[in-house]
Amino acid sequence: MEAALLYLATMLTLAGVYACLALGLNLQWGLTGLMNFGGLGFLAIGAYTAALLTAPESAQPGAAHGGGFGWPWWAAWPLAALAGALLALPVGAAALRLRADYLAIATIGIGEILRLVVRNEDWLTGGPLGVPGIPRPLEGLGEPAGQFAYLGLVLLVAAGLYAMAEATARSPFGRTLRAIREDEEAAKAVGKNPGAFRLAAFALGAACMGLAGAMLAGFFKFMGPDALDPVTATFLVWVMLIAGGSGNNRGAVLGAVLVWAIWAASDFLAAQLPGEAATRAAYVRLFLIGLALQLILLHRPQGLLGERPGR
Amino acid sequence: MNALEVEGLVKRFGGLAALDGASFAVPAGSITGLIGPNGAGKSTAFATIAGFHRPDAGHVRLFGREVTGESPWALHAAGLARTFQIPRLFARLTVRENLMVAARDQAGERLPAPWFARARIAREEAALAARADAVLARLNLARHADAPASALSGGQKKLVELGRALMSGARVILLDEPAAGVNRTLLREIAATIARLNREEGITFLVIEHDLDLVAELCTPVHCMAEGRVIASGRMEEVRADPMVAEAYLGMAIEPA
Repeated sequence: MEAALLYLATMLTLAGVYACLALGLNLQWGLTGLMNFGGLGFLAIGAYTAALLTAPESAQPGAAHGGGFGWPWWAAWPLAALAGALLALPVGAAALRLRADYLAIATIGIGEILRLVVRNEDWLTGGPLGVPGIPRPLEGLGEPAGQFAYLGLVLLVAAGLYAMAEATARSPFGRTLRAIREDEEAAKAVGKNPGAFRLAAFALGAACMGLAGAMLAGFFKFMGPDALDPVTATFLVWVMLIAGGSGNNRGAVLGAVLVWAIWAASDFLAAQLPGEAATRAAYVRLFLIGLALQLILLHRPQGLLGERPGR
Repeated sequence: MNALEVEGLVKRFGGLAALDGASFAVPAGSITGLIGPNGAGKSTAFATIAGFHRPDAGHVRLFGREVTGESPWALHAAGLARTFQIPRLFARLTVRENLMVAARDQAGERLPAPWFARARIAREEAALAARADAVLARLNLARHADAPASALSGGQKKLVELGRALMSGARVILLDEPAAGVNRTLLREIAATIARLNREEGITFLVIEHDLDLVAELCTPVHCMAEGRVIASGRMEEVRADPMVAEAYLGMAIEPA
């Protein structure tokens, strides 16, 4: 019973992290029409910022990494969000002037660059060995209470980001973002500076992703290159947002929870298969998610919940 | 006093000089017409005046102030608004939102106000919605306020473009073919609206239009462009009588109606 509950808490914690990623992507794509295929990069910079700030000083020689300041999580997490936004600024400043598809290409690049930096800059990130011993917030409560408390914390952050995203989308700021998404020339004609608004939306979404990274690092208690997979950190988040309904914050959260549930369940089922079949199933799973995305785009492009019509 | 002065404006696209030293003035408080055959450079002149293109040479002055090369948003803030030949509305925004978004200096447009100044924004929004509804009522679009802009007819979209320009509080409005594709009834309505806004609120208009009867009715002075230059200026009768204008139109009905 307790094992089942703990498993459920684990799944829900990760669903909460994904909800934050999907909310960030919705600010960028759903509201503003910015194609960001570099979710991994923004997740990674947030995760490593939190990891390096909160981890205790590396004890074993040879397994060194940078940082290790032993900061409390509540001081490190806002900086993780800030790191995501700061990464977005130069990328956005360079790519947002160009056509929309160039941003997609630039963000794919930044995701890959971050992955390589993480793997190779040992002095900072610990290289393949990563950053171990990241304290998980609230783990002082003991097991299993700490797990549930952490779940509560993640859900609280997700709820906060949802409230922020809703306030943003419903505000005049959000209305201007939607106007720019619909027609950039017309937006200029009504006195908006599209570049400045896009950059703000891009950085805001990236901050959500950075914060999600910090929560992921705290959850795993370890951060290494293998914890960062473009399939889950970038691709799956797109599927979540499109399935749930891009442009709709509730859709982003719903999509994150549903797609994560399907993803996790299929992982669980595939693991029950014997030996080689289990290995193959992992690839079949990826194929099926891609297929599902195609079907959604063909038959229900607005997702489960379409964009809410404006007032 | 001129609301707008255009002097020796040049804009080249590759080898083609869409504007080739165009000069004209728009007196403050006037409804000035800009006519000319297709490809004369009228729309390019609009886009260049409004900051959408950077001119290769020449000057644009707004109420005597040099504004050449300023951004569209800077010019909008300075009181200049434009519409497009083919209406460009924000399709998935409602008609009311299309107007509200065009208001200047919205506090709720600047982060972090949307998160922390909710009450202030709600007040600002209520006032803005009331203003938008007043403009929509004046344009006979009140019952479409909550419809998505994509649902409107072509003529109604032209009116929404005009409404957006009005929401900005612009003192000078550039209208690109307000009558194109509009039925006669709506055309009368648009003409009356332009004349009234000009008379009652002192808004200066520069109007590109192919319907020369409408131009004759509304506009003084009228400038005729051909091949990137202004070839004739004056009252409509004078411009119509100009042999160079007749030649530029080459067979188009230009005789006095």
